[in-house]
Amino acid sequence: MPMVNLSIIILVLPLISFVFQMFFGRRLEGKKGEWISISLVLVTLLLAIIMFASMLFDYQPDFRQEAQFTWLNLGSFQLEMGILVDNITIIMLLVVAIISGLVHIYSVEYMKGDVRYSRYFGFLGIFTFSMYGITVANNLFMIYCFWELVGLSSYLLIGHWWEKKSAADAGKKAFIVNRIGDIGMFMGLLIVATVAGTFNYELLFERIGNGAWAAGVGGLFGGVDPSTLLTWAGVLIFMGAIGKSAQFPLHVWLPDAMEGPTPVSALIHAATMVAAGVYLTVRIFPMLTPDAMSFIALIGGFTAFFAATIAITQNDIKKVLAYSTVSQLGYMIMALGTGAYVAGFFHLVTHAMFKGLLFLASGSVIHMMHHSLHKLGDHETDAQDMRNMGGLRTKMPITYTVFLIASLSISGIPLFSGFLSKDAILAGTWAYAAHIHDGWLAQAHLGWLLPFFGFSAALITAFYMFRLIFMTFHGEPKNKAVFDNMHEAPKLITVPIMVLGALSTWIFFTLPSFNPLGGEGWFQHLVEQAKSVVPVGAFDAETFAHGLHAAHYPAMYTSLIVAGLGIGLAVLIYLLREIDPEKIATRLGVLYRGSLNKWYMDEIYLHGIIRPFLKGCGAVATFDMEIYDHYVIDGVGRRVKSLATGTGVADDLVVDGAVNLFGIIFQWLGWTLKFVQTGKIQNYLIYVLIGVLMVYLINVF
Amino acid sequence: MSAHLLTLVTFIPVLGGIIIAFIPREKLDAIRWTAVAATALQLLVSFVILGSYDRMNPDIQMVEHYSWIPAFNIEYFMGIDGLSLPMVLLTPFISFLAIFSSWKIPKAQKGYFSLFLLLDTGMMGVFVSLDFFLFYIFWEVMLLPMYFLIGMWGGPKKEYAAIKFFLYTLFGSVLMLLGMLALYFSLEPHTFNMLILRDAAPEIGQKLLLGMNAAKVIFMLLFVGFAIKVPIFPFHTWLPLAHVEAPTAISVILAGILLKMGTYGFLRISWPVLPSATLWFALPMAILGLINIIYGAMAALAQKDLKKMVAYSSINHMGYVLLGMSAMTAAGMNGAVFQMFNHGTITAMLFMLVGVVYDRAHHRDIDGFGGIAAKVPIYAGVVALAWFAGLGLPGLSGFISEALCFIGAFPVFTWITIFATLGIVLNAAYFLWSYQRIFFGPLNPKYENLEEINKRELWTLVPLAVVVIFLGIYPAPMLDLMSGTLNQLVDIVKTAGMMAGF
Repeated sequence: MPMVNLSIIILVLPLISFVFQMFFGRRLEGKKGEWISISLVLVTLLLAIIMFASMLFDYQPDFRQEAQFTWLNLGSFQLEMGILVDNITIIMLLVVAIISGLVHIYSVEYMKGDVRYSRYFGFLGIFTFSMYGITVANNLFMIYCFWELVGLSSYLLIGHWWEKKSAADAGKKAFIVNRIGDIGMFMGLLIVATVAGTFNYELLFERIGNGAWAAGVGGLFGGVDPSTLLTWAGVLIFMGAIGKSAQFPLHVWLPDAMEGPTPVSALIHAATMVAAGVYLTVRIFPMLTPDAMSFIALIGGFTAFFAATIAITQNDIKKVLAYSTVSQLGYMIMALGTGAYVAGFFHLVTHAMFKGLLFLASGSVIHMMHHSLHKLGDHETDAQDMRNMGGLRTKMPITYTVFLIASLSISGIPLFSGFLSKDAILAGTWAYAAHIHDGWLAQAHLGWLLPFFGFSAALITAFYMFRLIFMTFHGEPKNKAVFDNMHEAPKLITVPIMVLGALSTWIFFTLPSFNPLGGEGWFQHLVEQAKSVVPVGAFDAETFAHGLHAAHYPAMYTSLIVAGLGIGLAVLIYLLREIDPEKIATRLGVLYRGSLNKWYMDEIYLHGIIRPFLKGCGAVATFDMEIYDHYVIDGVGRRVKSLATGTGVADDLVVDGAVNLFGIIFQWLGWTLKFVQTGKIQNYLIYVLIGVLMVYLINVF
Repeated sequence: MSAHLLTLVTFIPVLGGIIIAFIPREKLDAIRWTAVAATALQLLVSFVILGSYDRMNPDIQMVEHYSWIPAFNIEYFMGIDGLSLPMVLLTPFISFLAIFSSWKIPKAQKGYFSLFLLLDTGMMGVFVSLDFFLFYIFWEVMLLPMYFLIGMWGGPKKEYAAIKFFLYTLFGSVLMLLGMLALYFSLEPHTFNMLILRDAAPEIGQKLLLGMNAAKVIFMLLFVGFAIKVPIFPFHTWLPLAHVEAPTAISVILAGILLKMGTYGFLRISWPVLPSATLWFALPMAILGLINIIYGAMAALAQKDLKKMVAYSSINHMGYVLLGMSAMTAAGMNGAVFQMFNHGTITAMLFMLVGVVYDRAHHRDIDGFGGIAAKVPIYAGVVALAWFAGLGLPGLSGFISEALCFIGAFPVFTWITIFATLGIVLNAAYFLWSYQRIFFGPLNPKYENLEEINKRELWTLVPLAVVVIFLGIYPAPMLDLMSGTLNQLVDIVKTAGMMAGF
């Protein structure tokens, strides 16, 4: 069966799960109704594995199948919907299927007894459907549609426990902040539609490459330079990724999104949906000009660093992971901006596994904390605050082990998957800074900012991950009563996390090689650097490739040193207690408070934008009714009424034969008004009379 | 029979109204079911029309053409094309459902349903008339029942709202009448026939009126008449009042169908008959569209009354129509008319849903609820669907028409369109914010016993939801009906404009 057909089945099954749960789920709660959703998703996983296996079997880097149909046809304007399956699609489908399948299973235990249990599984279904949609779309319009739909499912799942105001707020915030990014993306789409006349990736790239783009610009924006417009189109479409992948300055929704159930955080807000922005950037990579790439690299690099500085001081276990996600997404985006295409997508895949794992494992801790607190009848203690944990490694050995694996992976330690992809990204920034001279970032001699951001973030990442491990799993239990009631989570939770633990090791990504330091595996063979189609001053992929080769070892040593430094610091402070963290906090003062308060971004938005804007809206509403309507519209009415009363009967009007048109209208209007207010409404008749009069009048002149 | 489908679809309701007039007032059910029967029959006829409509033919079809008042060359001239067909389908569909929303009208049901059906005939007549005089008669016929329906069965400020609506519209009608007569006298022999007027567009474009270009003067006269109906800023202040004070079913009709008469009027008359003036006024029109979008959305965001918020959302949504139709591109024009249809179904849902909660809580204060999703999950679900349709979620019909309006307008009015995309965020903001305040958070103890949406209410909404979802997933059937005619309209305006030197 062609891959396209398989992917259509994969796409449709989760939608069936959604519809099923919406209509019949409630009746089947407690009767294993959720297993219908789980089975459907597991079938998609099976199909994704089949596709993946066939990809490995064929081993064709340029494998590609496409099918589409005309969705609407307006003659001169058409929209198509279609499926594109290439190696990137297949890998992404598998990633989504793995995480979604495991999260479905995990949720059976985690969400047991939830008020809206079946609905939850329905929402997981529509999310998985939308995410598959983004993955298989063959054009920008279709990806935009599914883009919004994942936004919807994210909204629904973040707000799953909407009785809590913070959860409802977070869902709304996620949707609206994402839509701000989407405006940009939509404008990019408008430019593409106008200039290239197609949304299809391949056609679009072809038209950019063969000069049709330049010819299509025409008088748009006063006849702007085609390359400049191409830069703008790339940057604007990328704005969608800024929103969805929570890049600075639209990152603010993601930490709040942790209000959703933890499996949701793992699936949507760590592994897959937030990576959709990266996936989009991968898809549009060939059309990015060096200037657009400079912008992308800078946004990504800054985000990687910025978010890491926040993660360092958070005490909520999920908040640490949330900022860590923002930071890691920044890495991927930065990689694409520097031209390290393969590395960026590679990190998406490895990150999906180890970050999904981190969330699910933290969920395991939180779940058991809840159980323990529930047993104690304690509703005050925060089950997610690491200051209430400590020493849990003896109670939860499996969770601890996989947590450690994932932390080593994200810190970039050899033998683990994160090392492979992270190292490739850091080498990419190094190569970029040393060898690339295209794009405004390099031309402004700011290229070295990227390795700076990259390596500092790597240092901080290693530090905060081990801070988290030590605060949670080592040391003395902070709360003895809670600790005593803790134990390992049930199988439905531990099995999924063990699977992800295995997938966080190097071996799955380097085959057929067993070398833990990476090099060339199936991934590097089957995912090839996409070729730029930018006609003028395209990104110099060849120089970059040479630079990458040269930077490989120095970058690797440096990254190992910084990771070691970060872990060592964490050991000193949180394990051996050689340095008192409180003292550092006081000494750093402003920096500490800034980090703890997320650099006040939410406050800046609230006071700088949201409040003033809402005030503006209030002013518009008041102006509309209290001022404009009351004084102008009703004012005219009152004026006319008094005028009409003053002049008396309409008879005079006819006798005078006043030709003043407005006079007549207003007279008559006022007269009607008076009439109406007496309660006898026969003005229709009068009106016809006046009408006839006007026929006459116009006839005259 | 088949030759008189349009007459049937227009006059069936008023026949029902006359029958109701003979039913004793105590026989409530008989009155209601007669109204149901009349609108159901009308709906059925509209399906027959759809069935026999030839979508490959962009020109006028199912013509009924008779002389009516020969002395003034006034004709009984009806026909439909791809522009009117969506409205001919929309009107009976919404009217039929609105009858069920009127089920519990508290007083004088006999008068209510008679007037309702008269209103229905008036609206339908507007959409099928091809003689300007006939068009005008229907336009006015709709006015009187609407006045009473708001003024007698409305909310606390119903008299004020009704008079305001009446005077506003009448003011517009007068200017429209002048425009119409000016058109009538501009040709020899005098005619109200829209097709003849359209073919004579170049000639009308050359004439002078009061020392000015006749086409421009007439365009402006008609503009005010149509703009008040749409409503276009700054002629919109009747709308929030009328929508809020009117009973639920009448708000549904007002927003669902009546507003479209304004944009329909532009596309049926101003665009083809006065193409040079249309191009002359296209930019201001697009700017007004932008104002409608942003101003409407901002005002909606600030409302505390749920129904008022929905009312302002109409101003916002009609802005997309204006933007799309002023661009003179295939995507923009089709998007605009498609948006007219979609706004009809979506806003009908919105108003019906507001009515459902108002019937139970007896207030519409957005902040006066809280957490009621726990008590009324089905209602919350349907509202979520309608709200997301309103904010333009892909997969629901409103998204495609808005997107088409943007795509069509962008090459022509680039900066205006860029600013208009802000509406995408603002729509999300006011819908989601209001949704949260009503449904989320801890349950307000006042609504411990809030009653779930009942079967009648639910089944009134289901057909709308089905249409919204179907056209959201697969819009082609509707677009195929109209694109031929609308592309032709774009060509007419553009060619005529080119000849006039635009």
